[in-house]
Amino acid sequence: MSKEVQVKKRKRISKDKWTAVAFLLPSLILILVFVYGFIGWTGYVSLSNYNTIVPDFSFAGLKNYKYLFSDFRFQADLRNTLFFTILFIGLVIIMGLGIAVLIDQKLKGESLFRNIFLFPMALSFIVTGVVWQWLLNPSTGFNHFLKFFGITPKWYTDTNILAGFEWGSIEFGLPVAIIAVVIAAVWQMTGFSLAMYLAGLRGIPDELREAARIDGASEFQIYRRIILPMLLPITMSVVIIMAHISLKIFDLIYAMTGPGANFVTDVPGVYMFETTFRGNYYANGAAIAIIMLLLVAVFIVPYLWNSRKGEQ
Amino acid sequence: MSFPIGKTIKYLILIFFALLFLAPVYVIIVTSIKPLDEVSLAEMWTLPSTIDFSSYKEAFSKLAPNLMNSIYLVVPATLLSAILGAMNGYVLSKWKFKGSETIFTVILFGMFIPYQSILIPMIQFLRQIDLYNTIPGLILVHVVYGLPITTLMFRNFYANIPDQMIEAAKIDGASFLGIFRHVIIPLSITGFVVVAIWQFTNIWNEFLFAVTVTTSDKQPVMVALQNLSGSQIVQWNVQMAGALIAALPTLLVYIFLGKYFVRGLLAGSVKG
Repeated sequence: MSKEVQVKKRKRISKDKWTAVAFLLPSLILILVFVYGFIGWTGYVSLSNYNTIVPDFSFAGLKNYKYLFSDFRFQADLRNTLFFTILFIGLVIIMGLGIAVLIDQKLKGESLFRNIFLFPMALSFIVTGVVWQWLLNPSTGFNHFLKFFGITPKWYTDTNILAGFEWGSIEFGLPVAIIAVVIAAVWQMTGFSLAMYLAGLRGIPDELREAARIDGASEFQIYRRIILPMLLPITMSVVIIMAHISLKIFDLIYAMTGPGANFVTDVPGVYMFETTFRGNYYANGAAIAIIMLLLVAVFIVPYLWNSRKGEQ
Repeated sequence: MSFPIGKTIKYLILIFFALLFLAPVYVIIVTSIKPLDEVSLAEMWTLPSTIDFSSYKEAFSKLAPNLMNSIYLVVPATLLSAILGAMNGYVLSKWKFKGSETIFTVILFGMFIPYQSILIPMIQFLRQIDLYNTIPGLILVHVVYGLPITTLMFRNFYANIPDQMIEAAKIDGASFLGIFRHVIIPLSITGFVVVAIWQFTNIWNEFLFAVTVTTSDKQPVMVALQNLSGSQIVQWNVQMAGALIAALPTLLVYIFLGKYFVRGLLAGSVKG
């Protein structure tokens, strides 16, 4: 290659480099402003006295946070979120994995079953909420069948707290009403873990199972010792993704039950919306939002960190 | 190795859960085609004596303007976020530079934030630029917060295109833009289908931005459906018909293009 051509080529490569940066720049600027800048702005609002219609950005320190942590409603929200998250993630994993294993047994009608369990994923949480508020309405819905067995749960209208004890200003324990919301959420999201597990199971070579069978392992042992451990990374992803959905959940609960009596089905997302946009308590709303962000970050930051490191 | 009886039990379990999963569909359909005098809490599960579409008529007349709003919102927002995602994905997979991985992670984080944490400044900003309570305002919001997922999907998609193809095109003298235009775009059809279906479904179904950025006549269909179900005077057969109408576009996409929908769903888990 002659010197001239080489110089020309280098010039072009560096021009391409700049075009590449120019391609990325609009999106990067949008993200920096709309994600990071706005989070900073929300943080600033959360430290202000802006609990009025007229903006008031005078510095309030941690006043709004202190208020929230002593607030009955917010304490109830944290309790509800904790139990909702545990039940929701647990059931989504058990249902998704269980159904995936059954479907993976080379049964007939495999794709029909898969489609039945996956279609709720295509729906809005609003549609789910609208329908399930009737299905779990104590005077109709599933209770028509359950009453044959002599049980008529009060579902989301139940104000009981199971195994409750006084803690702060609330009764800490499992709010029975939250179970109804969990059922609707699990109905909608099981398809996600099912699809993930099915993809995972497809990725495990048949030879591996064959080899284990020849070694005399039972079907149960094959799942217990070989397949489940191989699905662990998928389980991790499902936990992280479901956890962040659960921590920021708003629309399902807003459409299905609202905050509920004594806030038994309230969550931070609903509280934030109502206090900010219905009550004009902007600073309190911002503080709730920042707490939600921190809760999500606890799960997401290590996950992103790990998966980026794993790729390099 | 598996006994017939084991197989029967497996079928029974699957069928049991399948029926449970389909119960809401049954209730929606049966309730929405009942004549008004047969709609009662006690008779939720009974079949209608005659088929009556008047609930659909009523629900549709209430939701029609909002359905149009949703269409005006979803089409441009999906296209714009897909195009920007393709541009980012191309750079982040085929033109990596020092710091590009960090930039990717910085963008990706935006996918996981609770949108409550940007909502107050977002509303103030939209008021400032006169886009509050407008469909273009909502489009802007959905394009920006759709960027992380579309970037991720296209980056993972382009990672499967062999680097040698890019190298070969470079040796032939193709530039950055030429390669994008003549090599990458023609290979991106599936990628665009997957991303477009994903964005279409998500934006159609989204509620938080819709309910905070728009009021009354500018509201997308999910907000209108929520208003319908929250209103005390609307019968629940109309609510059910409304739920089905609002869900129909994404359901149809799922029924006809389910394969691509599932691919999008799997691509949403970071490693893809």
